[in-house]
Amino acid sequence: MGHVLLIEDEPNIAEAIRFILSRDGWQVTIYPEGAGAVEAVRCVAPDVVILDAMLPGQSGFDILTRLRADPDMADLPVLMLTARGQSRDREAAEKAGVSRFMTKPFSNAEILEQVRLLVPR
Amino acid sequence: MPFNLLVLSCVSYVVFLFLVAFIAERRAAAGKVRWLRSPLVYTLSLSIYCTAWTFYGAVGSAAASGLEFMTIYMGPTLVFVGWWGLLRKLVRIGRQQRVTSIADLISSRYGKSNLLGVAVTLISVVAATPYIALQLQSVVLSFGVFAADDREGTALWVAIGLALFTVLFGTRNLDANERHTGVVTAIAVEAVVKLAAALAVGVFVVWGIAGGPSDILARITAADRPEWALEPARWAGLTFASAAAVICLPRMFQVLVVENADETHLATAGWAFPLYLLGMSVFVIPIAVVGLEMLPDGNPDLFVLTIPLEAGRGDLAMLAFLGGFSSATSMVIVAAIALATMLSNHIVMPIWLGLMRPAVSGDVRRVVLLSRRLSIAGVLALGYAYFRLSGGGEALASIGLISFVGVAQVLPALVGGLFWRGATRVGAAVGLTLGAAVWMYTLFLPSFGAISADGFGIGWLRPHALFGTEGMDPLLHALFWSLILNVAGFCAGSILSFPSPMERLQGAAFVGVFDTAPGPSGWAGGAPEAEDLLVMAQRILGEETALTLFQAEARAQGRAGYLPDPTPAFLERLERRLAGAVGAATAHAMIFQVAGRAAVTVADLMAVADEAAQIMEYSARLESQRQELTRTAAALRDANAKLTRLAEQKDAFLGQISHELRTPMTSILAFSEILMGDVAPEDARRQAGIIHAEAIRLTRLLDDLLDLSVLESGQVKLHVSDVRLRAVLDRALAAAEHVRPRHDLTVFRDSGAEALVLRTDPDRLAQVFINLIANARKYCDAADPQLRIVVRAQDGGVTVDFIDNGRGIPRPAQASIFEKFARLDESGQAGTGLGLAICREVMMSLGGTIAYLPGQGGAAFRVWLPL
Repeated sequence: MGHVLLIEDEPNIAEAIRFILSRDGWQVTIYPEGAGAVEAVRCVAPDVVILDAMLPGQSGFDILTRLRADPDMADLPVLMLTARGQSRDREAAEKAGVSRFMTKPFSNAEILEQVRLLVPR
Repeated sequence: MPFNLLVLSCVSYVVFLFLVAFIAERRAAAGKVRWLRSPLVYTLSLSIYCTAWTFYGAVGSAAASGLEFMTIYMGPTLVFVGWWGLLRKLVRIGRQQRVTSIADLISSRYGKSNLLGVAVTLISVVAATPYIALQLQSVVLSFGVFAADDREGTALWVAIGLALFTVLFGTRNLDANERHTGVVTAIAVEAVVKLAAALAVGVFVVWGIAGGPSDILARITAADRPEWALEPARWAGLTFASAAAVICLPRMFQVLVVENADETHLATAGWAFPLYLLGMSVFVIPIAVVGLEMLPDGNPDLFVLTIPLEAGRGDLAMLAFLGGFSSATSMVIVAAIALATMLSNHIVMPIWLGLMRPAVSGDVRRVVLLSRRLSIAGVLALGYAYFRLSGGGEALASIGLISFVGVAQVLPALVGGLFWRGATRVGAAVGLTLGAAVWMYTLFLPSFGAISADGFGIGWLRPHALFGTEGMDPLLHALFWSLILNVAGFCAGSILSFPSPMERLQGAAFVGVFDTAPGPSGWAGGAPEAEDLLVMAQRILGEETALTLFQAEARAQGRAGYLPDPTPAFLERLERRLAGAVGAATAHAMIFQVAGRAAVTVADLMAVADEAAQIMEYSARLESQRQELTRTAAALRDANAKLTRLAEQKDAFLGQISHELRTPMTSILAFSEILMGDVAPEDARRQAGIIHAEAIRLTRLLDDLLDLSVLESGQVKLHVSDVRLRAVLDRALAAAEHVRPRHDLTVFRDSGAEALVLRTDPDRLAQVFINLIANARKYCDAADPQLRIVVRAQDGGVTVDFIDNGRGIPRPAQASIFEKFARLDESGQAGTGLGLAICREVMMSLGGTIAYLPGQGGAAFRVWLPL
């Protein structure tokens, strides 16, 4: 099964996603802040990253930009979540090189489907 | 040569001049003045400076005193080349102030003082009368050369003929600009004849009689006479006097300033006129030297005629005669016009108006013309009388110089007025009076023996040795004392007296004439005065109103364009119209300032001041109201800024709230959905479902609130594209499928009409349609719910009606359904109560409308969009 790195500072949301994905057989690692997130990705080397847009320390957009700048992780699938469903956020994410983009709140089935699409088994 | 032949050629020449003047007038009347008003014609017209005195007398003067005659040419040359700026200032002022004569200029500069006008007029007439007599004498003398049987009547007939010509062409029309195209053209022709004659005689003398330039030079050297020695004092004095004369002589002022059609012509005249003078003077010495050799007993003043006759060249003598005749006639004509204008404007008309005061009405133009004509006749009669009384005699040049010194008395008041703001009426009057008195006493009266030379027995009062200055040349003596006392009186009077407001005003206008924006240059045709009136009226009435007024007037007079003739009736109407805007007294003064040259009286000015005081009081009231308004506006600005700040805070607050609420909502939704799964017992699953549904509803409310906030703030970004209406409806129907609770709804569409292509934001329009379809799906309570979507293109727009077959919306509620949270039912149906409010905002930002359509059975909404 695939390995998902979830970068999310809200513990309840992180727990919900972890539950949904684990139940589906995914290995889930949670990283709870922006600072050091890029290093965490490099360290864990996941199959897919779920990235919150608003994080303490460093924003999801910055993290994504830095990931895409690293040749090793330029093609890493990244699913981004934002609580501000404005088109401005979507455009910023697409510019930073996001793979998928979802607004909170989401349905459980939806997030599962997106992750499955990103990492074909 | 027989006398009759001579008279015949003279008459023919005069008839020729008549024709020239007549044709020029005709062309000017037809508006074809370009050639007639060229710099060349202007320069040639200035040549009236060279009268018979210079044409004949220069040779006489050269025979008697050598090169001294040159001073008469050097003065003007110095002025035209060296003090060109003064002439330009004169011309500019003359145009701006609509000056008609030098007396008018002085009077106008010193607060429109008619007394000064009268003084300058009198000095000019007194100084010019002997001068005119001199011209008559020269004609008589030249006649005498040809016809031995001298006839007494010659002078009289010449005077009458000139009066006739001058009256005919000098007072043909009473144009306010006082320009006489016909006369000026005739004078230009005469100038050419003069120059041609002088050059022809000169060339004949140098190459025909003498053996060329070297021979002439040898003869000049041989003829060296003791009386030809230069007298530096006389040179300086005469040069100064002639320089003053070229500025102050009424006839010179007439051609230089009044007849000037374009200021730039002065630039040409600046070099061309001195050149003309050079042409006139270059052969004077050779003619004098040869004449003295050939005719030792002859009158040197007539050498120009007698040398060709003696040499048997009658034709050349005839040309010379016509040259002299031209010199005399052109001077007399222009001098008569200039003096008549002054006499008429400053003496005759004021007296006449004074006598007729209660009865002045209607058109006074006839009276003015009559007064001009009588003045012309009077000036020539005076000249003739002086000629008869003085009985000829005296060398020609001395009369001219006496005249020069006389008009030079105007110089201090003129130049001082142009360059010194402090110059006053009192100063000008004192200077003029003193100077004129001294000139009369020391030069003019003694010239025909009217006073004895012993000064009534008082030593220091002797006319030729004032204050004991003995041994001076009489002319220099008079020039020196008259101008010294004139300037001293002018300066002292100006310093000691206080100028009236009008004087200050005019002083500033004259001295600073170049400070203001340059006036209109070139009056090529048209009616300049009407144009000035139009400019003034536009400033007061506004551009369009004034143009309409003038155009109507012009049409009433049967003229095309915008410039009517400034008839008295028109001026009266215009004044009444302006009075409505600026007050009667001001309007009167303004019209007179532009239209007439009549003085603005103290009474007029007082009335203007009264009006100004009223206006100031009114404007003070306005000012206090304005300040109040400013305060109110400031308060409103503050309030608006506060509101704007609040609105911005609200937007930021909503954005923040949205994020803060979504985060817990996300986990609530996720966990409730997990609990809805099959791991939990039946009841718990059902209750988790309720939590989930309510959480969704709460999220939607949040989204709607945010959307509405963005729409209401007007910050919504539209993505406009061309889209088929059918596609938008398809999308909306598909999206509305997911609306819960889900009832079956049959939709009727009109796919033909839906083929329309719209230019709009498809997402936003779909949002509205979704809302309406979802509403029908949710609220239509018919047993068999149906929705008809009717599309109609009309009046540059398209209407899309959504009509269901339910109960519809009761009338009292129809008005409020587009308000926020205006929900009808209390059933707790899923919905935020913001849907229609959002629809209304979206339609507004798309430039369309949405409204409830009553009387359709069920609920019906009409969406309208412009096409």
